Amino acid sequence: MTRTRTPGISRRSALALMGAGAMTFAAPWAARAQAKTIKIGMPTILSGRVAQLGTSSRNAVMLEVEKVNAAGGLAGRQIEMVVRDSKGQPQEAARVARELVNTDGCELLLDGEASSGSFAVHEVARDLGVLCIHTCSEASSLTADPKQHIPNAFRCVRQGIHDSIVGGSYAAAISKAKGLKKWATCSPDYAYGRDTTGEFTLYLKRFAPDVEIISESWPKLFQPDYTEVVTKILQAKPQALYSCLWGGDLTSCIDQANIYAMFGQMEVFAVNMADYTALTVVKNLPKGIHSGNRYIKTFPTTPENAAWGDAYKAKYNEYPTNWSWQNATAVMFLAEAAKKANSADGKKLAEVLKGLTIKCPFGADGTVTMRGDDHTLVGYAIGWGTTIPQEPYVPEVKAGDWKTIFELEAEWKKSKGYT
Amino acid sequence: MDLDALAGCLSSSACLVTQTTSGLIIGMLLFLVAVGLTLIFGVLKVVNFSHGAFYMFGAYFAMAAYQLTGSFALAMLAGAAGTAILGLIFERVFMSRVYGADVLMQLLVCYAFVLIFDDVVRIIWGPEFKSMGMPSAFQVMPLFIAGGVVPPYYLLLIGVALVAAVVLGFGLSRSRIGKVIRAAAHNPGMVSALGINTGLIYGGVFALGGMLAGLAGALAAPVRSLTPGMGFSVLIESFIVTVIGGMGSILGALIGALLLGLIRSFGSLGFPLFTEGLMYLFMVIVLVSKPTGLFGKEAA
Repeated sequence: MTRTRTPGISRRSALALMGAGAMTFAAPWAARAQAKTIKIGMPTILSGRVAQLGTSSRNAVMLEVEKVNAAGGLAGRQIEMVVRDSKGQPQEAARVARELVNTDGCELLLDGEASSGSFAVHEVARDLGVLCIHTCSEASSLTADPKQHIPNAFRCVRQGIHDSIVGGSYAAAISKAKGLKKWATCSPDYAYGRDTTGEFTLYLKRFAPDVEIISESWPKLFQPDYTEVVTKILQAKPQALYSCLWGGDLTSCIDQANIYAMFGQMEVFAVNMADYTALTVVKNLPKGIHSGNRYIKTFPTTPENAAWGDAYKAKYNEYPTNWSWQNATAVMFLAEAAKKANSADGKKLAEVLKGLTIKCPFGADGTVTMRGDDHTLVGYAIGWGTTIPQEPYVPEVKAGDWKTIFELEAEWKKSKGYT
Repeated sequence: MDLDALAGCLSSSACLVTQTTSGLIIGMLLFLVAVGLTLIFGVLKVVNFSHGAFYMFGAYFAMAAYQLTGSFALAMLAGAAGTAILGLIFERVFMSRVYGADVLMQLLVCYAFVLIFDDVVRIIWGPEFKSMGMPSAFQVMPLFIAGGVVPPYYLLLIGVALVAAVVLGFGLSRSRIGKVIRAAAHNPGMVSALGINTGLIYGGVFALGGMLAGLAGALAAPVRSLTPGMGFSVLIESFIVTVIGGMGSILGALIGALLLGLIRSFGSLGFPLFTEGLMYLFMVIVLVSKPTGLFGKEAA
C-alpha cells in the first residue's frame, strides 16, 4: 500500500518554517533588547562637492560620542555609530536610513543630510517610528510646517528664518546708518538660495522700508565662472550686495569679484562667509564683508566654545564647520535626555527631548533648548559681524536678540498658515 | 527677461566694454579646453569624455607648484607640462587600446577614468575645495577702458589663449609636423606606410590636447575654486562649443567659444533666468541650420 501526499508542504513543515521565520525576524530584536551597545545610524554626505561638510559632521559626532562613552554611555549603553554615505542624493539618503534601522539594527538616527535629503529621511522616520534628530537641514518648513510634524523627529539645526530675521535687522541698521538704499542680490538658483534671499530681503525691507532691490542674479549651483554675474552687478551699481552663496561657490565668486575691485564699490553681506571652510580657503579675503556666524570659535565669546573649537582642531587638524556644532549639540541632547529618562529607548528619549534645555558651548546664554511645540532648536548663538583676512576672522559679532526672533518667527508662521 | 537692461548696456560704451571683455574671458578659457577636445576628435576620431579631468589636473598641478615655488610662471608651466605628460601616458597605456573598439567601449573607458581621476585628486588633495589665490603681481586695480572695467589678469588670460590659438592654427597648417598630423587624421594607413610612427602622432596629439586643457585649468586656478570633479561642467560647455563650431575644426572651436562667452555675458543682462538656456538654444539653431557645425566639414 502506498501513501499518497497532497500537493504543497505538510503541516509539520509549515510549522517548522513559521517557527524558523519567527526566530529569524525576532532574533535581532531579542538580541537588541539585551545589547549593551546602542547603535546610532547616521546618513550623511561623505562624497561629492560638499563631502567636507558631511565629514565634519561625522567628526563632531565622534568627538562627542567618545565623551559620552567615556562617561558611561547612553543610560549605561555604549554608543556605536554607524555612519553611511548618501552621496547627497535624497533617494539614497532614504535608502541608507531605512537600511541602518532595518538591517544594521540602529535604534536612533542622526540625520546628517542637507535639506533635500532631510525631508526624505524624515519620511523614513515617520514610517519606522524611530527617533530621528535632523542635524543639518536649515529649511524652516521641516519643523515649522505642522504637516511635517511627527512625535519622533527633532531638528537640532539653525533655521533659515532665524538667520534672515537677524540678518535683515543687522543689514537694515547698517543700511540706515550708511544710506544704502540700492541693493543687489546674488544667490544660488535652488530652493535654499531663493528662500533664504526672499526671507532676508523681506526682513531687510521691514526694518528699512526705503531699500530697493535693483538687481538679482541667480547663478546655478556649483557654477565655475561668475564673471558675467560680477560684471552684471557692477553695471547695476548697487550700494550693497546680499549673497547666500556658500562653500566653493562663494570663494570662487569672491576671487573673481576681487579682481574687478568690487568689494571697494559696495557693502557686501554674505551670510555664509563666516565659516572656516570659506574663511581659510580664500587667499585674498577682503576686509569688511558682513556675514552671519556659521561656526567660529570666537562667537559666542566663551571659554567653552573656544575650547571646543580647539579640541576639534587638535583632533582633526582643521577647524569645525557649521554642521559640526549642530551635530555635536545633537549628541549632547541625546546624552542629557538619556540621563533624565534613565533609558536609551527612543520613545522615552523623545518625551524628554521636548522642551529640554541643556548647557551647551554654542548657546547664546550658554544653553540651548529643544522647543517643545515644533521640536526645533532655539537659543543658539546667532549674530552678524564683519570679516578681517586673518584670525579671528570676525573679531566682533553683533548678537541677534532671541525675543525679537521669537516674535517675528511667530508672525512669519502665521503668514505661512503654519499656526 | 530684461530687454531694457540689455538695450541700456548696448548703448553704453562702459557696459559694452565690460560685458564684451567678460564674454571674451569666458570664451577664451572655454576655447582652450574645447580646442583640445576637437583636436583629439579630429585626428584620433575619439570623443574624449575624460577631457575635463585634464582641466582639473592642470588647476591642481598649478596650485601645487605655486604653493611650492611661489612662482606664477612655474605654476602655469606645471599645469601645462604635467597634463601633457599625463595625456601621453593615458593615451599610450589606455586609450590606444580602444581606438578600433565600439564607441560605447571608448565612452566606458573615458567615463571610468573621469571617476578614477576625481578619486585620485580626492586622495592627494582632499575632498574639500581649494583656492590657489591671485599672484601678488595681479592684485592691482582693474583698468578702466572707455569707462568699462577690465582686470589685468584677464588681459593676460585672453592673450595666452590667443597666442595658443595662433600657434596651433599656424602650426597645423604650415609646419611639417602639422602637415603630418593632418595627413594622419585623413589617412593614417598611408602615413604609416610612409614609415611615420602614427602611434607617436596619436600620443603627441593627445598630449597636446591635454596640455591645452591643463593650461586652461592653470589659468583658471587663481579665480576659481578647485574641487574634485571640477572638470565636468567645463566639459559640457566645451562639447557645446565643439558642436557649434564643428567637430574637428580649430577655427570653429575659437568662434564657437567666443560666441558662447558673449551669449553668457550679454544674456545674463537681457535674459537673467535663461542664460544657460540661451546657449543650448543657440546650439539647436546651429544644428538645425548646419548640422556639421559652423565650420565643420561634411563626411566624405
